[in-house]
Amino acid sequence: MAFVNPKKKEVQVKIVYYGPGRGGKTTNLEYIYQKFSSRIKTEMVTIKTHGDRTLFFDFLPFDIGKVNGYDVKIQLYTVPGQVKYNATRRLVLRGVDGIVFVADAMAVRREKNILSLKNLQQNLANYKKSVFKVPIVLQYNKVDLSEQGIPLLPIETMDKDLNSRLKTASFPASALTGTNVVMTMKKIISMTMAAIINELK
Amino acid sequence: MSYTLGQEQLDGIEEILQRDLIDVGVRCVFLIDMAGNIIANRDNGKIKHDVYSLAALAAGNFGAVSAMAKIIGEGEFSLLFHKGKKENIHFNKIITEFLLITIFSNDISLGFLRLKVNETVEKVKQVLESVQAS
Repeated sequence: MAFVNPKKKEVQVKIVYYGPGRGGKTTNLEYIYQKFSSRIKTEMVTIKTHGDRTLFFDFLPFDIGKVNGYDVKIQLYTVPGQVKYNATRRLVLRGVDGIVFVADAMAVRREKNILSLKNLQQNLANYKKSVFKVPIVLQYNKVDLSEQGIPLLPIETMDKDLNSRLKTASFPASALTGTNVVMTMKKIISMTMAAIINELK
Repeated sequence: MSYTLGQEQLDGIEEILQRDLIDVGVRCVFLIDMAGNIIANRDNGKIKHDVYSLAALAAGNFGAVSAMAKIIGEGEFSLLFHKGKKENIHFNKIITEFLLITIFSNDISLGFLRLKVNETVEKVKQVLESVQAS
């Protein structure tokens, strides 16, 4: 759960971008970092391999101002998407408050999305959390690829595959061009803050 | 794990960190939880590190080393030490959920630091355990 510091009047909130490998989780954070560079005082932290794939996680701290008199510090994390890095993925999920599931809209990645969502469910269970209770938003990334003639999954198919039981907000997006990246982030922040305020009542 | 710390406990922890570590020459100290949240931090006023990034990386680093420990049949490595040319970092686990991280220069010997960290850990543990029990 988020850490509330009554002395500094500060809340630290952990939001994790989850999803299959090469789905655009890091690109989401990079876009946010560029877009809000004037408000983000520190550098984005990334731990990558030589092949430019996320090895451990990316980390981006982000101040959103005051809520109920408390300074809210949003901490955005990504996980490594590659199947083999499950141990590190699980570590990053520790203490998570909200999740953005970045699915890959390319038709060839359909199976990978479904497997990654199942993996999220298992890893949350490890911390006695449920994917149906933690605030979660879905993002169907790479919609810009249709212009290049690359076959994409219809939104209805992705909703059926990933959102039929979650029934949460979903956004078609392009992390590369920035379409709906900020909307996705705003939605998960508002859902997570609502859940935290509710829990603190 | 869910926990809450009141103003009184946070004051108590910060006072311990200040008196037992900063006042004896440690540059910067922070107490974090395993999710990477900062619970308390103090420094000597001369340095400005990005403590939020440090906390996130420290929690990740400690988690990775704990996973390595399990693979080789150790329950855990309860302390870690990284040596640099000028600055050094020392990590010490407190109970199961917390980490005390100290950054210090070569003016302080590792032995002396470990002694002070051990004393601090015992004191902070008492505060944290009273919170967990309540």
